[in-house]
Amino acid sequence: MTAVSISGVTKVFNAGRADEVVALSDVDLTVGDGEFVSLIGPSGCGKSTLLRLIADLLSPTSGKVTVAGMPAATARRKQEYGIAFQQSGLFEWRTVQRNVELPLELRGMSKADRRARAREMLDLVGLSDFTGHYPAQLSGGMQQRVAIARALAVSPPLLLMDEPFGALDEMTRERLQTELLAICAQTGAAVVFVTHSISEAVFLSRKVVVMSPRPGRITAAIDVDLPARDEAVRQSQAYFDAVTSVRKALRG
Amino acid sequence: MRRVFVGLLAVIAFVVLWEGYKLVGSPDGTVLFGVRVLPRADDLSMPHLWTVLSRLGDPELAGGSPVWIVVLRACVFTLGITAAGFLAGAVIGLMLAVAMQRFRLVERGLLPYVILSQTVPLVALAPLIAGWSGTITPPWMTVAVIAAYLAFFPVAVGMLRGLQSPSTAGAELMRSYAAGWWRTLVKLRLPASLPYLFPALRLAGAAAVVGAVVGEISTGTRGGIGRLIIEYSREATSDPAKVYTAMLGAAVLGLVVAGMVSLLELPLMRHRRRVEVVTL
Repeated sequence: MTAVSISGVTKVFNAGRADEVVALSDVDLTVGDGEFVSLIGPSGCGKSTLLRLIADLLSPTSGKVTVAGMPAATARRKQEYGIAFQQSGLFEWRTVQRNVELPLELRGMSKADRRARAREMLDLVGLSDFTGHYPAQLSGGMQQRVAIARALAVSPPLLLMDEPFGALDEMTRERLQTELLAICAQTGAAVVFVTHSISEAVFLSRKVVVMSPRPGRITAAIDVDLPARDEAVRQSQAYFDAVTSVRKALRG
Repeated sequence: MRRVFVGLLAVIAFVVLWEGYKLVGSPDGTVLFGVRVLPRADDLSMPHLWTVLSRLGDPELAGGSPVWIVVLRACVFTLGITAAGFLAGAVIGLMLAVAMQRFRLVERGLLPYVILSQTVPLVALAPLIAGWSGTITPPWMTVAVIAAYLAFFPVAVGMLRGLQSPSTAGAELMRSYAAGWWRTLVKLRLPASLPYLFPALRLAGAAAVVGAVVGEISTGTRGGIGRLIIEYSREATSDPAKVYTAMLGAAVLGLVVAGMVSLLELPLMRHRRRVEVVTL
């Protein structure tokens, strides 16, 4: 079964008006179970729009979006995916622990269960010492980790991430990339990852989907085959080759 | 500790200003080109503060209760009216804000009237409200309606801003959790609006006091501090300190109401940032 299947999807904003924008034109994309796919492209290429279509935060103008074998709207209602944005979007009035509990709370999970589950997730992202802190007391990187823990809390088979590390410094970003891969290996979740960064896309993904603007469309899908995903691979020839081919595809 | 100190300092500054002006100001006031630019400083217009304070201890009329008891009783009466008006106004303001947040159309249609409602002069409105409701409801309720009329406004406008304050990411997150409008309101919008709500409630409290005092005066309701101010001001020529005792009472009433809102705020806002309050 495939985690995400998109066929013939077009998204037009403000249709029929003077400011009509074709955000996506005739997009096809398949993400396999447990597969890590990055969407990369310049601003305005529709990568965030594509992510929001998968999340059913937007509906396509035409075409079909299927998540975990069901229509995107059904998948959203069943919480078949977790989502994380560039802004961590943590609720500042809740502690770290209660932020992670939020999606479980909305699922109607019992208090004891969701407490245990949130602890487990915070362990996973290495924040077990900060469960009682408030978001404002944490650094940007830590807040983003909380957001990832929250996205993973319902153990979704699919993780949607919209430039989650975009606002972080380079060191934090690389550390979180490694952590994210470890987490994905552990949970087996498929990931759709929107990014601006070529190196980030290459390091994380099995497949890098290159998009171009006006109208937003997929211009290339590059398979990345790295021997391993650790710090050493960032210096390897295979990595540089993949970076080069993505860069070429982006220049089109 | 620091706030208590600043508060004390402000009181001292006021005393120094008042008595200082009395010391140097002309008893007949300063008149420039036929316009009085500085008030009279004589004992009739500006009694010494200690006169006002000692007046509080003297009987209201020969043989009556001391003034401070009369003022206190009137303040408690008005506090009741203020509280009723404040609560009603806050609830109405809240509901209006929720309705305006929920339906764009309601916001567009209603907000101009909400703003318009506050441009109608209160003194013109009070007799009208008294005329509508005076026949079936007790007079105090009429005054409470006037207080509510003033109090709902800051709550409605402040709360609307608060409910609209969550980021798109927050709203999208709730949608991704399959949370409907109600759960988004309870889990996201209401908690997010608290930093906007409390400054608005403080404004509403002050507005309710003004509404209650002015409402009492213009509807002729007996028993409250507004009425007392009018009664005492009639005696201003013979007993100038007396009217100031009533005004002091009204000021203390305002402080008490503001203090009550703060008491409500303290436990709820411990971990929250504060936002600028903008009423429009």
